Amino acid sequence: MATYYLETPISEEAVRRLKVRDTVYLSGEMFTARDSAHRRALEYVAEGKKIAIDMKGKALFHCGPLVKANGTYRIISAGPTTSTRMEMFEDEFIEKFGVRVVIGKGGMGLRTTEACKRFGAVYCAFTGGAGAQAGEAITRVKSVEWLDLGMPEALWILEIKEFGPLTVAIDSYGTNLYVDVAKQVEKNKEQIYNSI
Amino acid sequence: MLDDIIEDTVVNLLRLAVTELPRDVVQTIRAAFEQESNEVARDQLNAIIKNFQMAESTSTPLCQDTGTIIFYIEVGDKFPLFKILPKVFSTATKRATKIVPLRPNAVHPFTGRNSGDNTGRYIPYLNWEIVSGDTLQITAFPKGGGSENMCAVKMLNPGLGIKGIKRFVVDAVIEAGGKPCPPVFLGIGIGGGADISLKLAKKALLRPLDIPHKEADVAKLEKELLTLTNMTGIGPMGLGGDTTVLGVFVEYAHRHPASLPVGIAFQCWAARKASARILSDGHVDFLTHNVKGG
Repeated sequence: MATYYLETPISEEAVRRLKVRDTVYLSGEMFTARDSAHRRALEYVAEGKKIAIDMKGKALFHCGPLVKANGTYRIISAGPTTSTRMEMFEDEFIEKFGVRVVIGKGGMGLRTTEACKRFGAVYCAFTGGAGAQAGEAITRVKSVEWLDLGMPEALWILEIKEFGPLTVAIDSYGTNLYVDVAKQVEKNKEQIYNSI
Repeated sequence: MLDDIIEDTVVNLLRLAVTELPRDVVQTIRAAFEQESNEVARDQLNAIIKNFQMAESTSTPLCQDTGTIIFYIEVGDKFPLFKILPKVFSTATKRATKIVPLRPNAVHPFTGRNSGDNTGRYIPYLNWEIVSGDTLQITAFPKGGGSENMCAVKMLNPGLGIKGIKRFVVDAVIEAGGKPCPPVFLGIGIGGGADISLKLAKKALLRPLDIPHKEADVAKLEKELLTLTNMTGIGPMGLGGDTTVLGVFVEYAHRHPASLPVGIAFQCWAARKASARILSDGHVDFLTHNVKGG
């Protein structure tokens, strides 16, 4: 359980150093995307349309932030949303955009785990509900795209400083902490049933 | 004017609910941290504690998902202004959305359009109860989407009995895994009917944590379900650990001979709620939070 301080853009070499249960604090650039933004980004790729930001080596945050707009944008609270909703898009997203760190909550499945292994990426858990703490580590809103999707669903491009603590939950070697926990829970279930 | 007092109180309740956890929830989470043995789980609980401290000291919403806005309202049959009340909740929600602020979370199911102010068809949702007297008691209950997505209802075969209920609850908690932001609180509604069981389940979450059900058998079931669900090892955020469920609240209604409905309401650790009582002369008592000058 080592602790790492990483800065974007993150190299493949740096990301391959991370192992499940490690702690990461991230600085640099991160962008948010939920279901709709994932779908649109992949549609743009399919149609050959250009996306305004370069995501290579950056961090993708499954988050619909609470933002105060007052001439400029300020992030008030920005915890993670449930990542499984993005499972259907994520392997292609990692492949097409070269994202190195995916941040969310609740874990992701086999397809994402495979993509992390193949393309050199990790999935990190940020404590669900810890939105105020996340907001503190977001130093600036650099820009926002696709506001027509609504505040939570838009693509927010954020400057971050020591954003964390993040727990590496899927590493680039095919280890998925959620799968390990699920196996243990399945074992415990028999014992629970017996004591009912 | 009394209508202004009510509106201001509702705005205040929404602000308190999303920025400051009730004392009993804070104590329960701290106690869980002290007892947790898993290192990753301790880190998660520590982040949770740091976060609600920061939210409270800066009056910032502790979670960006400030929920679907729900109110539980007990209105005295002799309380004035009965007719204008529904409108007050809608106006107060719009105001709170701007000034707290709250994330706009009311989306039209067909067009996908976000209303932008947390109001819409049936939203904020008002649960009314008419009681005798001349007071108005309001609980603001902003409900997060992640935990709501894990709610479940099942019409059990009555032959399965209490054992069947326990198994259904354990299965639901395992199925939910890390998705509802554990450690969670569980509201369990038994009997009545499909809709009634879920209504009871959600309302059960309003009960203070240190008060078990007043019937000994039900209180015993609550304790047992707490032990059983914590044996799963799911842990905070599903990353493994001893702390999966922080509290279980059971409510029941009589059931049809052919049915045994069980509703389960999941509430994330950010168990946000705030209550106040308003007297007909305009005096306001905040019941869940200490409010200076309140």
